[in-house]
Amino acid sequence: MTTPRVGTAAALAALTLLTATACGGGGSAQDSDEMHVWMYQDTLVVVQEGAVERFNADQGADGVQAVIDQVPGDNYVERLRTAMGSPQRPDVFFNWGSGSIAPYAEQGLLEPLDDHLAENPELAEAFLPSVLESGKVDGVQYGIPLRGTQPVVLFYNRAVFDDVGVEPPQTWDDVLTLVDEFTAADVTPFALAGADPWTEQMWLQYLVDRIGGPEVFARIAGGDSEGWRDPAVLEAAEMVADLVDRGAFGDSYASVSYTEGGASTLLSEGRAAMHLMGSWEYSTHLDQARDFAENDLGYVAFPPIPDGAGDPANIVGNPTNYFSVTADGPHLDRALEFLSYTAQDEYVADMVANGEVPTTADAEDVLADSPDPEFAVFQYELVRDAPHFQLSWDQALTPEVATPMVTEIEALFNGQRTPQEFVDALAAL
Amino acid sequence: MSAHAQGRAAPRTGRPGPLWALPGVAFFALFAALPMLLVAYLSFTHWGGLGDPAFAGLDNWTRLAGDPLMHRAVGLSLLLTVASWALQTPISLLLGVWAAGRQRGRAVLSAVFFLPLLLSSAAVAIIWRALLDPNFGPPAWIGPALGLGTPDPLGGGGSAFWVIVFVAAWQFIPLHMLLYQGGARQIPETLYQAARIDGAGRLRMFWHITLPQLRNTVTTSSVLMVVGSLTYFDTVLIMTDGGPGTDTTIVPYLMFRAGFRSWELGYASAIAFTLVIVATLIALVMVRLTGFGSMRSTREGM
Repeated sequence: MTTPRVGTAAALAALTLLTATACGGGGSAQDSDEMHVWMYQDTLVVVQEGAVERFNADQGADGVQAVIDQVPGDNYVERLRTAMGSPQRPDVFFNWGSGSIAPYAEQGLLEPLDDHLAENPELAEAFLPSVLESGKVDGVQYGIPLRGTQPVVLFYNRAVFDDVGVEPPQTWDDVLTLVDEFTAADVTPFALAGADPWTEQMWLQYLVDRIGGPEVFARIAGGDSEGWRDPAVLEAAEMVADLVDRGAFGDSYASVSYTEGGASTLLSEGRAAMHLMGSWEYSTHLDQARDFAENDLGYVAFPPIPDGAGDPANIVGNPTNYFSVTADGPHLDRALEFLSYTAQDEYVADMVANGEVPTTADAEDVLADSPDPEFAVFQYELVRDAPHFQLSWDQALTPEVATPMVTEIEALFNGQRTPQEFVDALAAL
Repeated sequence: MSAHAQGRAAPRTGRPGPLWALPGVAFFALFAALPMLLVAYLSFTHWGGLGDPAFAGLDNWTRLAGDPLMHRAVGLSLLLTVASWALQTPISLLLGVWAAGRQRGRAVLSAVFFLPLLLSSAAVAIIWRALLDPNFGPPAWIGPALGLGTPDPLGGGGSAFWVIVFVAAWQFIPLHMLLYQGGARQIPETLYQAARIDGAGRLRMFWHITLPQLRNTVTTSSVLMVVGSLTYFDTVLIMTDGGPGTDTTIVPYLMFRAGFRSWELGYASAIAFTLVIVATLIALVMVRLTGFGSMRSTREGM
C-alpha cells in the first residue's frame, strides 16, 4: 500500500514542479527590458525599424529597448491571436483597425488611446481624420496609423502592352477586349495568386461595389447574411465566372501564392499583362525587380461597370494599418510614447522614400520626394477623392464568417461553385 | 534450463513495482491525458481564445453531426488512410525485405532510400510545392514539351489530393522500409535453408516464409500508417492549405481551420476529440483482429 501513495506524492511533486517552472518562464519574459513591437513581415518594415532605432537612441543605454518581431504574413493573424490569449502579449502590434481588433477590444486587452490623444493634440492632428476613424472600435480610438494608405489598383506591364499594341482599360468593355487580345498573344491577361484567396476577394470587392454600391456589403457587415442574396453579388459572381471562362487568369492560377511572390513575378517577367493588387505591390517590385518598377510598371484605377449603382471613384483595400497598444503591459508608458514616432518627419520621409503614401495631414507637401511622385500623387488623389473606401471584407467581418467566405471565393474562382451555389453558400453562413 | 534460470532469479524479480511506471505515467498524464480532458471540456463551450470559455451544451456536437464540411473531411481522411496504406505497404515491404539481404550496393541504395526520412515534414512539403509550381517549377517546361499545356497538380481538386497521398508515401516509405528490414533480419536463416533443401524457389520462400514471419511487423507498420494518415496535417497545411476550395480539407486540417482561422476553439475541440476516439478505436480493432495483442510467437514449434 505504501508504494502507490509514494507514487501519487511523487507525481504531484513532479507536476507542481513542472507547472511552477512553466509559469516562471512565462513571467520572466515579461519582466525583460525589451518592448516588443509586432510587425507583419514584408519589405516595408524598414520604416518601422528606423522608428525603433530613433526611439531606442532617445531612451539612452539603460532604458527600455524596443525590438521589432517580424511575423511572417501567412499566419500573422493566428500568431497574434494566440499571443493575445496568453500572457506573452506584444506591447505594440500591427493590425488592420476596426474589425480586426474588435475581439481584443471587447475583452479589454487594448489600451484606449483617447486620453493619450487628448493630452497630445499634436499627434491627433497629424493624421487625416477619416483615416484615424478606422482605428476606432465602437467610437473608442485603439489604433494609430502606421503605414501609408493601400488602395487596390490595377497594375500593368507597360512593355507587354506596347508589344501587343494596346492601351490600359478605361471601361469594362476594354477589360473584356484586352482579355481576348492577350490570350491570343499567349500572355496571361491577369496574374492571380489563387492559393491566397484574399487576392481573389479584391475582384469581388470591386465588382460588388461598382454594381451595387457600398450599401450591399455594409448590410452584410452589419450581420445580415441574407445580404449576400443582393442581385449585385450574384451579378459580380457571374462576371467572375465569365472572366475565368474567358481565360482571364490563365489556366494555372489555383496554386499560385502571393506571399511567395508568384503572381508579382509573372507580371514583372511579362508573362502576365495586369495584376489587381494593393498599392504595396509597388514596393514589392521596387525590392524584387527594380528595373521593372522604375520603367515598365503602369497603374490605372479599377474601371467602371456599365449601369452600376456604385460611384466609379470608390476604392477598396486597406485605408491603412494601425499600431495598437496592449492594456496593462509592463512598458505601457513607453509604448504610448513610441506611438508618437509614427508622426515624426523622419518617419514620414522614410515612408515616402519607400513608395508609400502617408496618411498624415500634410502628406501632399512631401509626396514630391517619393521615388515615383507620379504614383504617389495618383494614390493620394484616388484616396482623397473616393466617396467610399471599402476595408477588405475578410478584415471587416468576424473570423467565423470571414474564413468560410474566403474559401467560397476560392471555390468560385476555381470553378468548383457556380455563381448561384456561391451566393447560396454565403447566405447560409 | 528454463527452470534453472527461474529458480535463480525468483527472489529478485517478480513483477516490477508500480514506482517504475511513474515517469512514464506522469509524462503521459501531463502531456496527453490532461490536454485531452481539457479538449473534452472545451468541446462543450464556445471559446475564441480570449477571455473565459462560455458553456454551450451540445451545440458543437450537434453542429459537428450536421456539418457537410465535416462529412466531406471524414470521407477524405478515410480515403487518404486506405490509399496511403495500399500504396506504402507493398513498396516498403518489398524494399525492406530486399534491404535485409546481402546484395552488392545494398548499403548505398538503402541509404539513398532512407534520405527522405531525415528531412522535416515542412521541408518536404515546401520542396514538393516548389517542384510542382506551374509557373516556375519543372511543370512549366515539362508540360509544354509534352504538349500538355501547363499542368497544375496542386491546383486541381482531384490531383491535389493524390499529390498529398504521393508526398506522404515518399516521406514515410523509408520508415516502414526500416521496420520491414528489421523484421526480415529476424527471420532465422534455418527456415530458408530447410526450404531450399525441399526445393522451394525465391517466390515460394517469400510467400510461405517471409510474409508469415513478418505478420507482426505488418501489423505494427499498418497501425502506424493508419494512425499517421488520420492525423496527417503539416503537409496539407503547407502544400494546399486545405484547397483548392476544400478538396484536401481532411479532418485534422478542418480542426486547425475551425480553431485557428475561425477561432471557434470549442468546435475545433469537438473535431479533435472525435479524431482521438476514432483513431484509438481503429488502432484497437486492428490490434485485436490481427491477434497482435496476444503476443503469440511466430516461431512456435522451432
